[in-house]
Amino acid sequence: MRTKKKRWRNLDLYILLIPAVIQVIIFRYWPIAGIQIAFKNFSAKKGIWGSSWVGLKHFIMFFQSYNFWEVLGNTLALSLAMLIFSFPIPFLFALFLNRLRTRFQKVLQTVSYAPYFISTVVLVGMLYNFFSMDSGLVNLILGKLGVESVNFMGKASCFIPLYVGSAVWQTMGYNAVIYIAALSNVSPEIYEAARIDGATKFQSILHIDIPALLPTMLILLIMQLGQIMNIGYEKVYLMQNALNLSSSEIISTYVYKLGLQQARYDFSTAVNLFNTVINFILLVIVNRVSKKASGNSLW
Amino acid sequence: MNRVKRYDPDKVFDIVNTVLMAIVFLIILYPLFFVAIASVSDPNLVNSGKVLLWPKGFNLDAYQHILTNANILNGYKNSVIYTLVWTVIAVCITVPAGYALSRRDLPMRKAATLFFVFVMYFQGGLVPTYLVVKELTLLDTMWAVILPTCLSVFNLIVCRTFFEGTMSEELLDAARVDGVTNLKYFFQIALPLSKAIIAIMILFYAIQQWNSYFDAMIYLNTKDKFPLQVVLKDILIQAQMNSSGAFGDAESVAAMQRIAELVKYSSIIVASLPMLILYPFVQKYFVKGIMIGSVKG
Repeated sequence: MRTKKKRWRNLDLYILLIPAVIQVIIFRYWPIAGIQIAFKNFSAKKGIWGSSWVGLKHFIMFFQSYNFWEVLGNTLALSLAMLIFSFPIPFLFALFLNRLRTRFQKVLQTVSYAPYFISTVVLVGMLYNFFSMDSGLVNLILGKLGVESVNFMGKASCFIPLYVGSAVWQTMGYNAVIYIAALSNVSPEIYEAARIDGATKFQSILHIDIPALLPTMLILLIMQLGQIMNIGYEKVYLMQNALNLSSSEIISTYVYKLGLQQARYDFSTAVNLFNTVINFILLVIVNRVSKKASGNSLW
Repeated sequence: MNRVKRYDPDKVFDIVNTVLMAIVFLIILYPLFFVAIASVSDPNLVNSGKVLLWPKGFNLDAYQHILTNANILNGYKNSVIYTLVWTVIAVCITVPAGYALSRRDLPMRKAATLFFVFVMYFQGGLVPTYLVVKELTLLDTMWAVILPTCLSVFNLIVCRTFFEGTMSEELLDAARVDGVTNLKYFFQIALPLSKAIIAIMILFYAIQQWNSYFDAMIYLNTKDKFPLQVVLKDILIQAQMNSSGAFGDAESVAAMQRIAELVKYSSIIVASLPMLILYPFVQKYFVKGIMIGSVKG
């Protein structure tokens, strides 16, 4: 009796949670219930619950559609490119920035996260400005070097490099913050001992700094791997045009176009569910593997 | 006896490293610098590649054009309103919830946490969310931009982590002995001690809303309601996209291209100005926020 009373003693704390719970139920769980239209023939008249079931029809249609492999391939290619470049670069940046030990270090660190404050629209607008065919700075400089103008923004093969390059530019400083903090926790005595033993700065990076950052890096890697199919549509959609579509159409932009522009609600929800489920499975697997291997896990 | 060392690896390292970091510095800063000088230069000189290091043909025409462009001004006003309202609502929802979740003696704490964390990894997606907004008849109103996103689970976890690390059990016990209820404790004791987390939340949320365009694009139809980012998208991207291959209604495309040509650099400065002004003041909170957030996702 007494333990029960104690257990429910702080129920009034839930008053603080009520607004958040209501928001999550309406705008997060209600849409999850709406996923059922992926298995239905959605009609606006009958609504989400009243529409008739069609089983896996939409999924089969998606797997058999002519651009299934292209869209899936583009999504994976973009994700992998992001993983390969945008993951290690902040790590390297932090390692070398940490060794500056001059006033320039603080200045550079502050400047490095300024681009993070720029909006996606502005970032892509800048890409169009810098890489445009006739008046873009890059083509103007190439022109001075005698190279013919390249239509970077309208070229399928340039899409991934531009996407990843601008992402690295924008988020390198932001993503390096956590590594820089981890490095500042390394005790100065270790460096001193290494120096007395005759280690060069480069050697102490290899044998002190990198091992100190590995646990942090591993957790971040797990989080990245678990998000691999989850490339957002915001930036991709803005960079898309008729000319680069063959490499810039990814699952999430495909879902947007089918779902909201063509109002094929049921089919596009199925496509999105396919993406969500794969992503969720990946996350669970990666998390389990890492828990076994290193004891690090997200939950 | 190697007193005369010709080759000191550490010195070489320092030189190479400084040069490398100087290059990184230029790569980060130059695009921003170029936008700034291009915005106050003669567009013809910019477009022919004559402006590289310093403004040429200095003038403020582009800014003058922005100040007289009704769409941009109206977008600016809308963005300010949406950002203010959204941030206030979001912070008022997130901070109390974060505190409640941080309390180890919250009944069913594990389940309550899972309830929130689950939606971070499993989402209904674009169309089902759109249908909910439609069902609630929020389409084409300000609330469609505000309500669906006014709680970020990530920020909630940041709050929870903050309170876990800063609130002392002793203080709570002492207050309990005095008969202070949980709610009173939160509002009168915990909250005044937590100005840092409130500042971090305001910052995180305000940046997110000021910079977002997608929700506004899909939920709003009336031009008068567009926030700045949507207006900018039409000017900066649509117009130039058309010059690189996509097609549209020729007349409006031409009109848009004319505007785009005029304001393509100055509008970037104007749109980023609030964040750039805020940035030096909030920098320390920003770094602190990332740190708390990365302890455990």
